[in-house]
Amino acid sequence: MSNDAKLVRMANQIATFFHSQPPADGPMGVATHINKYWEPRMRRQFFDIVDNRGGAGLDPLVLEAAPLVRRPPAEGLATQQPGV
Amino acid sequence: MSLIREIDFGTPASKSEKMVTLTIDGNEVTVPEGTSIMRASMEAGIEIPKLCATDMVDAFGSCRLCLVEIQGRGGMPASCTTPVAPGLVVSTQTPRLKDVRRGVMELYISDHPLDCLTCAANGDCELQDMAGAVGLRDVRYGYEGENHVRARNDGAINIKWQPKDESNPYFTFDSSKCIVCSRCVRACEEVQGTFALTIEGRGFDSRVSAGMQHQDFVSSECVSCGACVQACPTATLTEKSVIAIGQPEHSVVTTCAYCGVGCSFKAEMRGEELVRMVPWKDGQANRGHSCVKGRFAYGYSTHRDRILNPMIREKVSDPWREVSWEEAFAHVASEFRRIQYQYGRDSVGGITSSRCTNEETYLVQKLVRAGFGNNNVDTCARVCHSPTGYGLGQTFGTSAGTQNFDSVEETDVVIVIGANPTDGHPVFASRLKKRLRQGAKLIVIDPRRIDLVKGPHVEASYHLPLRPGTNVAVVTALSHVIVTEGLFDEKFIRERCDWSEFEDWAGFVSEDRHSPEAVEALTGVPAELVRGAARLFAKGGNGSIYYGLGVTEHSQGSTTVMAIANLAMATGNIGRPGVGVNPLRGQNNVQGSCDMGSFPHELPGYRHISDDATREIFEKLWGVELNNEPGLRIPNMLDAAVEGSFKALYIQGEDILQSDPDTKHVSAGLAAMECVVVQDLFLNETANYAHVFLPGSTFLEKDGTFTNAERRINRVRRVMTPKNGLADWEVTQKLAQAMGLAWNYRHPSEIMDEIAATTPSFALVSYDYLDKLGSVQWPCNEKHPQGSPIMHVDGFVRGKGKFIRTEYVATDEKTGPRFPLLLTTGRILSQYNVGAQTRRTDNVVWHEEDRLEIHPHDAENRGIHDGDWVRLASRAGETTLHALITDRVSPGVVYTTFHHPDTQANVITTDFSDWATNCPEYKVTAVQVSPSNGPSDWQVEYDEQARRSRRIAGKLEAAE
Repeated sequence: MSNDAKLVRMANQIATFFHSQPPADGPMGVATHINKYWEPRMRRQFFDIVDNRGGAGLDPLVLEAAPLVRRPPAEGLATQQPGV
Repeated sequence: MSLIREIDFGTPASKSEKMVTLTIDGNEVTVPEGTSIMRASMEAGIEIPKLCATDMVDAFGSCRLCLVEIQGRGGMPASCTTPVAPGLVVSTQTPRLKDVRRGVMELYISDHPLDCLTCAANGDCELQDMAGAVGLRDVRYGYEGENHVRARNDGAINIKWQPKDESNPYFTFDSSKCIVCSRCVRACEEVQGTFALTIEGRGFDSRVSAGMQHQDFVSSECVSCGACVQACPTATLTEKSVIAIGQPEHSVVTTCAYCGVGCSFKAEMRGEELVRMVPWKDGQANRGHSCVKGRFAYGYSTHRDRILNPMIREKVSDPWREVSWEEAFAHVASEFRRIQYQYGRDSVGGITSSRCTNEETYLVQKLVRAGFGNNNVDTCARVCHSPTGYGLGQTFGTSAGTQNFDSVEETDVVIVIGANPTDGHPVFASRLKKRLRQGAKLIVIDPRRIDLVKGPHVEASYHLPLRPGTNVAVVTALSHVIVTEGLFDEKFIRERCDWSEFEDWAGFVSEDRHSPEAVEALTGVPAELVRGAARLFAKGGNGSIYYGLGVTEHSQGSTTVMAIANLAMATGNIGRPGVGVNPLRGQNNVQGSCDMGSFPHELPGYRHISDDATREIFEKLWGVELNNEPGLRIPNMLDAAVEGSFKALYIQGEDILQSDPDTKHVSAGLAAMECVVVQDLFLNETANYAHVFLPGSTFLEKDGTFTNAERRINRVRRVMTPKNGLADWEVTQKLAQAMGLAWNYRHPSEIMDEIAATTPSFALVSYDYLDKLGSVQWPCNEKHPQGSPIMHVDGFVRGKGKFIRTEYVATDEKTGPRFPLLLTTGRILSQYNVGAQTRRTDNVVWHEEDRLEIHPHDAENRGIHDGDWVRLASRAGETTLHALITDRVSPGVVYTTFHHPDTQANVITTDFSDWATNCPEYKVTAVQVSPSNGPSDWQVEYDEQARRSRRIAGKLEAAE
């Protein structure tokens, strides 16, 4: 299974949980979860799917949550050497 | 240093709060009501001679040695069975008592060998001590008559004599030295709860027997816990190590490195040689009990397979080359720097070990965060209890079990769900069974008929044999019954939880679709059983829930943990002894490794990495700026490796290739990396893909702390020099130094001081404090200076307890025509996890291979007989193993353990995982089983690759 497909499945699994929660919690719940636990390159990949591929395969609740997901820092910053 | 000698009070302590005063030999003694005269006397420092009494079991009154005289009472009552009473005047030594005792000893010794000088118990024999205590000088009866001592009497065969039973790998049974005091039989019943031992025959013919007549120990039901050996006052039951080495001369209290119970042991030593491990009576997790692993299975620590020198190689197809520590550290440092320069700061990471100490774990996550400059650190809890952290964090506000193990003594109804304590957490199981024999009720929720469902003097009131993967449906159905039948604890909920959230949740679970009847078709559990179990749990008194990986390792693992928390809150079962939600942790330090900030999203003490104030604490101390973004979890690291953005990994004490799911994906991830560093005792499976091997040290070779499943911080104490030269914390420190970090810890206690200074729940913890208190359960700070045996006592950590809706969602892993059976996995008593340790001990006599349990019906359909080779296939892969036909599993369900690498159970498991934490779904895999001729191509190929990758230049091929 490709990494993209895996990521879509993970996002949709989170959405599935929040579908059963009180509706007000939905998008914020999904976004908070992704913000708290997804490493920047995963979120970058996520936004690639959302921005460039029309969110193919993503649960509508995930798409609704997307604007609340924190955009990761640009790749250049993340590859800096640590200042030890 | 000297040998720790624990006082044997003869009978167990009384828990009464009412005190009684009496006089013993002219001394006034005040003890709790119900105390025996023997114990009261010992508490006053007066030792009454005894043989059949020991304080690990109830008084028996058979040896007639502990007699006393009581003013105003006739005769000479046994002090072990006579309770104290106010105003009694007791004499423990009178001319009459002296005569009677000497007469009793004379009879014992007349049927006992006189080989004291060459006896293994020499120096540790109560019979010898008592002969001395009563002044036995002569045996008037002689030694010639009927006896159990000699194989021949005057040339004729002595049918009363029995040869030594040496069948158990760890201890011997020599009937000729037995005085039939029944201590072993009672220890097996009362302490271990196995009832394997008995006394056969009557009168002079009585003797101790394991199992049925003429069974030896190893083929009997004996589980080799060692309680009988510990109880034996003579050399009848003796550790083989004591026979081989002799009596120990000093001992050190330390903590077992196997499961999450965290038993305290005395490591009894002669020099640097370990003579035996004896459970410590004051150990607050185990209260003097042990299992076969902690008590006996430490031989791996000196096994010839241990790697003692660092090794490196350029390619994993090369043989290993032994190098100096300096070269190894310099190589790792330069490789990690090169890779970060080439592929970016986030291209490297580390994995902390749940087998290592808190201090070692803390250092690895510190190395990743401060040295690598990212948060790509994770731990094996990812694949076991990460849903516990998430689920309990959401509902209660903290990521830990709510009770201490002592709490089980006050429970009235127990739910055991997705756990098999008699195999996985044996010492806890013994404590649970003791409570069940006293009358507590048991509900087992498990696809398999585990031993607790029906055993000697223990029987579950309900066993809900659910289909794997339907935990959420079953637990929600329990709540449905409790809410719709009005069995919830409204007062508790109103006081302690958010009422409107409760109302929302109550409305949700009350829907008809959550009723036991509605879900029966999907869970396979008869609705009446669910209703009965719910009523019993809600109304049966103190209700406690114990769970294991059968709960967490599912795609809805976190949801089930929340459902369990809901159930406990709805029934008011939180915040006092006897109740609570208790995750049974798999490894010795899973709790600790989580506490120490091993997860990529949080710093020590479960504080999110994005929290500026927390980061600032560490930034100030460490003098670096910390990345505020969560790092990669283990499965994400492997995904990123396959994708090409993750290139180097430092793995301390963790065998991800064998223990993580979907082996082929794991090996692909590892193979894609440029520098894999494995630090372990042995060349484990992951090391097949490693470029650097750093030899590890055992728990006997280092100082530190482990935190067990009840949040108890226990000291680990070094009893011997590390065979590899360095303790694991030193290895990480030297690696950090090679990378330019200015670390200079001189002792693990300094690391703990840093943890305490930065982590509020550990604020008062220090080695001095632990030495003073023995152990302590976190939180341990100004507010809880003695630690916290029970959590959420006056309110939940998060404020109000939060009820959360738990909708059942079927896993994507579904059975179908190609894969019609569901595979679930578990453990067996004698082996531990991937078996790297236990397979290198004599424990293999009990479990030399993993077998596939299959129901007779499913076997019949497939033409499979007991013991046949079978092929086990899923959509992820296939393997072969031998079948074991049993109705312990339901039709449609098969089961295996995962202790042996050649079984490759994880070739079968899939990449599905928990929605919240990515904890893999080990417990449900759709499979097909068919007859087979032998190992699969994959197994043969894997074995060949593993053999090749273990070559060491200049050495003969390493075993295994």
